[in-house]
Amino acid sequence: MDLFKRQTHINFIGMRRYATILSAILILIALVSLAVRGLNLGLDFTGGTIVEVTYPKPAELQDVRAALAVAGYPDAVVQHFGSARDVLIRMPSRQTSSAQLGDQIITALSGSGEARLSRVEFVGPQVGEQLIEKGGLAMLYTLVGVLIYVAFRFEYRFAVSSVAALIHDVIITIGFFSLFQIEFDLTVLAAVLAVIGYSLNDTIVVFDRIRENFVRMRKGSPIEIANQSINQTLSRTLVTSGTTLIVVFTLYLIGGELIAGFALALLVGIVTGTYSSVYIASTTALALGVSKQDLMPPKKEGAELEERL
Amino acid sequence: MTNRYPLWKYLIIAVALVVGLLYALPNLYGEDPALQITTNQGDAPSAPVRQQILDLLADEGIAAKGSGVRDNHLLVRFHDTEAQLKAANQVGLALGRQYTVALNLAPTTPAWLRAINAQPMYLGLDLRGGVHFLMEVDTQAAIKQAMERYVNAFRTQLREERIRYSEVALNGHSVQVAFKQAPVREAAFQALRNEYPELTFSADEHDGKFQLTALLPQGEVQEIENLAVQQNITTLRNRVNELGVAEPVIQRQGGDHIVVELPGVQDTARAKDILGATATLEFHLVNMSHFPYEGEPNQPVAPDDKVYPERDGGYVLLKRDTILTGEFITDAQAGFDQQTGGPEVTIRLNGAGGKMMNRFTSEHVKDYMAVVFIENQTQTRKVNGELKRIRSRSEEVINVAQIQEPLGSRFRITGLDNPRESHNLALLLRAGSLAAPISIVEERTIGPSLGQHNIDQGFLAVSIGFALVVLFMALYYRIFGLFADAALFANLILIIAVLSMLQATLTLPGIAGIVLTVGMAVDANVLIFERIREELHAGATPQTAINAGYAKALSTITDANVTTLIAALALFAFGTGPVKGFAVTLCIGIVTSMFTAIMGTRALANLVYGGRRGVRLAI
Repeated sequence: MDLFKRQTHINFIGMRRYATILSAILILIALVSLAVRGLNLGLDFTGGTIVEVTYPKPAELQDVRAALAVAGYPDAVVQHFGSARDVLIRMPSRQTSSAQLGDQIITALSGSGEARLSRVEFVGPQVGEQLIEKGGLAMLYTLVGVLIYVAFRFEYRFAVSSVAALIHDVIITIGFFSLFQIEFDLTVLAAVLAVIGYSLNDTIVVFDRIRENFVRMRKGSPIEIANQSINQTLSRTLVTSGTTLIVVFTLYLIGGELIAGFALALLVGIVTGTYSSVYIASTTALALGVSKQDLMPPKKEGAELEERL
Repeated sequence: MTNRYPLWKYLIIAVALVVGLLYALPNLYGEDPALQITTNQGDAPSAPVRQQILDLLADEGIAAKGSGVRDNHLLVRFHDTEAQLKAANQVGLALGRQYTVALNLAPTTPAWLRAINAQPMYLGLDLRGGVHFLMEVDTQAAIKQAMERYVNAFRTQLREERIRYSEVALNGHSVQVAFKQAPVREAAFQALRNEYPELTFSADEHDGKFQLTALLPQGEVQEIENLAVQQNITTLRNRVNELGVAEPVIQRQGGDHIVVELPGVQDTARAKDILGATATLEFHLVNMSHFPYEGEPNQPVAPDDKVYPERDGGYVLLKRDTILTGEFITDAQAGFDQQTGGPEVTIRLNGAGGKMMNRFTSEHVKDYMAVVFIENQTQTRKVNGELKRIRSRSEEVINVAQIQEPLGSRFRITGLDNPRESHNLALLLRAGSLAAPISIVEERTIGPSLGQHNIDQGFLAVSIGFALVVLFMALYYRIFGLFADAALFANLILIIAVLSMLQATLTLPGIAGIVLTVGMAVDANVLIFERIREELHAGATPQTAINAGYAKALSTITDANVTTLIAALALFAFGTGPVKGFAVTLCIGIVTSMFTAIMGTRALANLVYGGRRGVRLAI
């Protein structure tokens, strides 16, 4: 079975103007949303308390809110979590030092019905700040590590282009979470970092082929070579993205509430990552003026490698 | 071109698979509800005690599935949790406080697998249920306490040596003493310098006053911070033992944080009460007419005497009057006696404490002195349906030693059995003296049913995602797709085997990492197979196409995986908790997938197609 009966000849680079406009619009929307609406940061970052309780029968949120208000928590956010029997209660980090809040809520609810405690999470406000700092550092080090590795294996223009594509993916993924105000917690941050790894994977495959074709094909402008490389790797790109999307989508559908945000971030990230490795990474490399001469030194290395294998 | 693998390559793959299967196998066996019993010293109970436990269970009609000594504890297995809880109650009552009886889920790994050290994966709290605390140690308070002790000690010493000062003031990490005349300052400097060699002294003058500044150097400050965290870890560990938790995790995290993980604990209120207790120390004189004490613990004694329990079992009769309390202790260090070479603990008291100790001990040479460790706890308990906070105080004698000579501000406790004992005693002495306050900055409690729910959902997600990918590959790449599918299975087995071998913690995001690896692991095969197709389209013979496909895809696969690994390692280095769990499985998955997807599928391709001419590749 083949995705395409014959080698495709889609003029990807020819569409680069539209792609650039599309990406610019998406990034603009993401940045504006981030500036205006911000992120709906989860408990991991803001601090506060989350209590998840399970009732034997579907629970009326109204009753839970009333019970909490009586107990002195009128500002608790109460919502269903996964099913009608599971209730999630969020408290702002008003009593910053009190880890006892979770127990007090349970005590307050156990008066009204047969609530059973499923999960309590309390995070102090300082912890969140450290996490944001660590998350930012992790992202920074990843990008620097990638920059160095790709510059070493390919050429600095490829390195800059792949990092540009990564930043593009990260901004759009985070922007998606901001625009739809989906909770951004620690697992989502992990997913964003995984998106960096994934998107890079795609970009490297395309670059690898561009490098190979630059060396092998005597004729053809850089644009033609890039186009052909993208076409040659197209079915691979789609098959891999497809299989990864299959599993991530399964995870999103049945992995449970705790993991849904994580899966969603990956879904968005893989789609943008696939798009960016085709359009953003290659066009940026061409715009930076990658030419045959730049890739001559790696030619030897590449040729040797192939012979040895 | 014939495409044959040498025998050793097949052997490597076969060995990896067999080892992987063996170490992944324990995860297929279930778990028994069990009791884990240890002595307070951290050893397994002795044979008579073990018999006593088994007899007790037989008397009570609780059927045990089996029992045995494992590592440093006695493990008794039961058929259901009902029997387990009933037994925990009975055994706990019968054994008393010298033993820790903890509930546990014991894996039913067969003996032959245990013999090669194969164990099931270690499940994180989000999968097995339990409590996670992140505690912050107030190291600033510890430093402030230390500085205040210097202020008090300076005052006392200067007064005793009749050196007139006008003021002793605390200023950050330094103590400033003001004098009216320079010679007086010189005298004070001489006196204090000898007593406190760890401080850096400097002199200056302003407003007509002569000032002596004693600065606590940065190294000492860090030492105090370190000690404060270390002490808290020690005390937390002792208290967690009291909670009866089977596999607690108590670890330092960063500079001043401590992670406490208590699998299976649901009563967070009680856990917090016990962990948040404060400890003090008292020195008491032993009643020599009743030493060693042979009476009953509840027997009436003279009004100025009191019976105290000993940490190692037994009782001592002590005078009620306190010689000294723990606040006067500035330091306690374990070491070795220079003459006999035996383990000892050196205790340092501040000036006032030294004076009191000296006055008392010079009248009691050859008598025995006991160190009592006192913990104050506030517990929340349900009494008649209402939650009540109950204060409780537990007292224990941690050491009894003979007073050899009048003691001063520096003295030693010798005659300890082994270095471990001296080390523990020093830690307890310090724990009782300056415990830096700790506060809970993060708490996560996962109920056991939610944990099981998470496992079920995660397992379902992995299975369905896996099945879909396997189906797709088989349809799309036919025979070669089946090779890739076999590699995927092998990869899954290897990931689980490596996780089990490393005893790395599997968390819910860790399962997500496995799912993601399944999706990405086929990438290597897709790259190879697409290359083979390209070569075939370009007119290569099947054997050349296979060879060229693998060869040309290799550098691409390596580059792609190394860059993903960079991201995964950054996640591992900076991540905590859930993120780390994800990073671990991702890292392992990348490495194992390289092996199975390249070497594994090539071996299969060579086996099926290698060495045959004119064959048609089903790809």
